[in-house]
Amino acid sequence: MNLRVIEIGVGIFVAIGLAALLILSLQVSNLTLLDNGPSYQVTARFQNISGLKVRAPVSVAGVRVGEVADIHFDPETYEAVATLTISEQYDQLPIDSQAGIRTAGLLGEKYVALVPGSGFAFGADEDGEDSKPQMLVDGSEITDTSSSMVLEELIGQFIFGKGDKGGQ
Amino acid sequence: MSWVRDRLLDKLHYLGHQSLNAFARLGRGSLLLLQLIFAVPQAIMRWRLILQQIYSVGVLSLLIIIVSGFFVGMVLSFQGYITLVDYGAEESLGTMVALSLVRELGPVVTALLFAGRAGSALTAEIGLMKATEQLSGMEMMAVDPIKRVLAPRFVAGLISLPILAMIFSAVGVLGGEFVGVGLLGVDGGSFWSQMQASVDFRDDVLNGMIKGVVFGWVASWIALFEGYDAVPTSSGVSSATTRTVVHTSLAVLGLDFILTALMF
Repeated sequence: MNLRVIEIGVGIFVAIGLAALLILSLQVSNLTLLDNGPSYQVTARFQNISGLKVRAPVSVAGVRVGEVADIHFDPETYEAVATLTISEQYDQLPIDSQAGIRTAGLLGEKYVALVPGSGFAFGADEDGEDSKPQMLVDGSEITDTSSSMVLEELIGQFIFGKGDKGGQ
Repeated sequence: MSWVRDRLLDKLHYLGHQSLNAFARLGRGSLLLLQLIFAVPQAIMRWRLILQQIYSVGVLSLLIIIVSGFFVGMVLSFQGYITLVDYGAEESLGTMVALSLVRELGPVVTALLFAGRAGSALTAEIGLMKATEQLSGMEMMAVDPIKRVLAPRFVAGLISLPILAMIFSAVGVLGGEFVGVGLLGVDGGSFWSQMQASVDFRDDVLNGMIKGVVFGWVASWIALFEGYDAVPTSSGVSSATTRTVVHTSLAVLGLDFILTALMF
């Protein structure tokens, strides 16, 4: 066969292969060519993060704004410290926002949900001089956190709940 | 009693003969693999030969790969939906389809189809070249048939199979989306987002590609060896072709188990 036809055929083949790899890497897996742009990091301390994984989404009102960059254990306070990377374009989150670990669906993956606060929590007075609300910046810490819901504990509370009430 | 002894000796003779044959074939196969590997650099210099082989091994397999990939994805989606909907987890359909395709079914089914579509053709081609003494003719002209004929085909299989596996997986995911989102009414957004959340590029896609390379190596090695080692008659070539498909399929399935145990 004509060498040109063969070369064109192989060219099409390799191009389709590259397109398939591109689909698999960009559309199917979570590889992104751009590093999500600039971002800032905040920490949050949780009593219990069971089930939360690194790279789990961080969302505000259901919209993904970042991801969990790191999880480690603080041996002094016996708390889990999660480092959240939040995209720079969402820099208007009040400093007293709440962070909670939620579950997508009944058995779905765990994610961190941020509930925005007022921004006037720490010293800043709404009528005072610092009338601007304080925002989360790089390195700030979210103090108001609620832990992961552990299904076994919930079931336990449900089973033994009546006994507790009677005791009170 | 002498006939009993003769029978016994006959059986033992047969057993020994078969075992020695098996080991001799294994040895010849390993030697051929070694020669092939040493011939690869020179084969790459003759890239036009490799190109021609990629055309006949890869490009011509494209149709069967795309069609079966699409159907395998659609069936996966149907079956997965039936199981997942009982648990209210049909949003995980994308994850299930993509992970099973990228990790397992893509490389494995591609290798099985490759053995039937390209491996058998390679064996028959080489076997007939041997039967019609074309290979001996080349040696007479001081052309090494391993370098001129076998090595380009080996490299072409090594290159083609991972590409075909990637195409199979990608088309399969599209087929799964067509059935899951298009026909069964799974939410398209959660189909893709859950898939993206759980499929990792390095752990899943790259490991699937490594599987493709390994299977390409095994499939083309077996096909070339069976052809090169075939009894140079028409029945010899036909049984060599059968052996190629059977041995490649078994080797791919066995290797897949080992690779999966190592990777995931």
